[in-house]
Amino acid sequence: MNTAQRNFEKVCEILEKNENNPARLIPILQEVQEEYRYLPEEIMTFLATSLDIPPAKVYGVATFFSHFALKPKGKYIIKICDGTACHVKKSTSILDAVRHKLGLTEDKNTTPDMLFTLELVSCLGACGLAPAVVINEDVHGLMTPAKTVALIDEILKKEASL
Amino acid sequence: MTTSMIINVDGKDIEVNGEKNLLEVIRKAKIDLPTFCYHSELSVYGACRLCMVNVDGRGLQPACSTPPENGMRVVTNNSEIRELRQIIVELLLANEGHECATCGKNGSCQLQLLAKKVGIKKVRFKRTGHKQETDDSTYSLLRNPDKCVLCGDCVRMCSEVQGIGAIDFAFRGAKAAVLPSFGKDLASVECVYCGQCARVCPTGAITPKPEIEEVWKALENKEKIVIAQLAPAVRVALGEEFGLEPGTSTMGQIVSALRLMGFDMVYDTSFAADLTVIEEGNELINRLKEGKNLPLMTSCCPAWVKYAEQYHPDLMDNLSTCKSPQQMFGSLIKEILPEKNKVEKKNIVVVSIMPCTAKKYEARRKEFAKDGIPEVDYILTTQELATMIGEAGIQFKNLEPSSFDMPFGFKTGAGVIFGNSGGVAEAVLRYASEKLTGVRTESYEFKQVRGESGIREAQIEVGGTLLKLAVVSGLKNVKNLIEKVKKGIAKYDIIEIMACPGGCIGGAGQPVYKEGSVRAKRTKGLYDNEKMLQLHKSQENPYIAELYQTVFGGGEKGLHLAHELLHTHYRSHKRIEKESFDIHANKKKTELDITVCFGTSCFLRGAQTVMKNILEHLDKQNIQDRVSVKASFCFEKCNRGPVVNIGGEIIEKCTPEKAISEIDRKLQISVAQS
Repeated sequence: MNTAQRNFEKVCEILEKNENNPARLIPILQEVQEEYRYLPEEIMTFLATSLDIPPAKVYGVATFFSHFALKPKGKYIIKICDGTACHVKKSTSILDAVRHKLGLTEDKNTTPDMLFTLELVSCLGACGLAPAVVINEDVHGLMTPAKTVALIDEILKKEASL
Repeated sequence: MTTSMIINVDGKDIEVNGEKNLLEVIRKAKIDLPTFCYHSELSVYGACRLCMVNVDGRGLQPACSTPPENGMRVVTNNSEIRELRQIIVELLLANEGHECATCGKNGSCQLQLLAKKVGIKKVRFKRTGHKQETDDSTYSLLRNPDKCVLCGDCVRMCSEVQGIGAIDFAFRGAKAAVLPSFGKDLASVECVYCGQCARVCPTGAITPKPEIEEVWKALENKEKIVIAQLAPAVRVALGEEFGLEPGTSTMGQIVSALRLMGFDMVYDTSFAADLTVIEEGNELINRLKEGKNLPLMTSCCPAWVKYAEQYHPDLMDNLSTCKSPQQMFGSLIKEILPEKNKVEKKNIVVVSIMPCTAKKYEARRKEFAKDGIPEVDYILTTQELATMIGEAGIQFKNLEPSSFDMPFGFKTGAGVIFGNSGGVAEAVLRYASEKLTGVRTESYEFKQVRGESGIREAQIEVGGTLLKLAVVSGLKNVKNLIEKVKKGIAKYDIIEIMACPGGCIGGAGQPVYKEGSVRAKRTKGLYDNEKMLQLHKSQENPYIAELYQTVFGGGEKGLHLAHELLHTHYRSHKRIEKESFDIHANKKKTELDITVCFGTSCFLRGAQTVMKNILEHLDKQNIQDRVSVKASFCFEKCNRGPVVNIGGEIIEKCTPEKAISEIDRKLQISVAQS
């Protein structure tokens, strides 16, 4: 069984578990995103058909919440906090450094090799550690541009050895 | 005994009599409270806050979403409320894109009217937003997101009344927008082009797509013979654009105006409607005899046809094969006139004047062109005709009326009532009942099928058999009715289906109206119009009879021509358009066409195995020449995949065994038939 087929069977399971109930669209989307790491268009059309709602409705919900991603994300998601505390502790300079390091811009936030996605978030609730950076599930506090770039280099080294 | 409910509005006691909200009570007090997002046909949204009133003890409340309660004291007009309304309208006007003079809704824009009504002299806010591109992907509608004020009227119309939901809100906050799914353009999604969104859009964010320039160009081209066909519903609505009451017939003035504008011949689509009645009536009688493909579903409405093709591929055989009157007219004219008037076919330009935006799409369907020449060249909506009359400087109200050209301007009442819901069914009944009984009757009215409700049923006895009819308008109603038919809860012989509430008189090409009562007036106008005609049954139209004797006469050849000119076929449509591709193609026409769905769902449920087995089977049995195989993207039946279409038969949850046995069965039938 290939990956596409496996992913898709999971989607069918998710729909079944949620009894094809259109009122459960949001939990369904969350679970589907866990499977694909984003919400592919054809899967959203499939969900819409299975739930008997218009695709435009699914699209509307998927674009309303910033949690949902419509484009594939990289293997490592770097979240730089730009909440008040982190902002005054110069989170912007970290952002600039990471963008420079990975060749990313405001419009282009995923590297072409699909390794990194860079996101600027409002507040991670780790204000005591400001400025904070989260890479996937790991929180890194009291960051500087240099420390952040070092973390990226570490990941790159690990990936190269795989 | 029920105690009456009294509400005090601006010092006057008003009795509440079933009014659902405060707004209705206030309007009953003859106060014209300004509203923006409120539509009596749609659910209450309460977004615009223009109907804020002061309710004693509660402060400012939106009247549209406040239920009436006994003893309420309401103030609708004081300086606080007036200022509030002004701020709201100013904020709406601060959006990008409100350039009235060049807007498609100039003159019928709710926002423009409102600005005048609440006394806006200046917009104090800076304009926000940035220029966005207009979506002109369809033949029917223009979507200009800059003019959208996010009132949601179109969204609610599309989902609540039409049951489609082709557009919806997307994104959030300052980025919020009304968009087709995945931000695609309208032509790539399930929109059926009925245009009811444009009808309720209070600004110019969605408007019918005009073809005025093209028509002027044709009229000024000396080489072209330009022929107009006028749809029935237009004659009782155009007057509204010139200050006349809805329902006023201006047929004669329209004909005069068209001649002044330079049309060479002015004909009536109602003539073609008479022709449709005969063809569809015969079709009904044949199907009743054979007991096959019932209920017969009418096919005059292109939005309904597209809807059926997208959502009910299994009903394709139920649709009448008759072309719509517009297309019958076009194909007939382009067949007859070149010889009769000694002109080249390419120099004949047929312009229809329609109450409809979907007709613009219908005329461009590839089934309706022969050798690259379309049956109908341009389609003007009622609104566009009014604009052209204005451009030409014609004083419409002062025009002397004149009559249509002959013979295609001659119609019976049956062809006129096509313009309102129930009209097609009644017209076909007038023909079929006499044809079935062989007896001519003096009476002609079948009032059982008339009325305003969106779903009407009638049972009519004709020559000993009971004909069961349904008349339905508004696609949400259609959706509900078809569900019942498919489940076997309801059974009919004929179903008349119109996408727009009230039928063509309520079409999106008609002058913009807000109140449903306008539709009733236009409908009455058409029935009154028919009363003034001498003939009421299509079979009594002498020019129709002549047509069958001359053009369609001469035995087999004539019948073949009639079929070619007046009938069509349908194909299932993917809601999100992508063409299918050949897997195993044959140059010649084959006995059996097979399409395997390769949409995501079917693919992963084993469409590939089914396809592989089918191809192996063809090879083994050496029947490759008799069959063609295609892969299609999606039949939209994803939860019942894999789906395979074998010679029109849709097989859900298809296995290789099921597919092969159906192929063998179909091929055997085809051998037996030949």
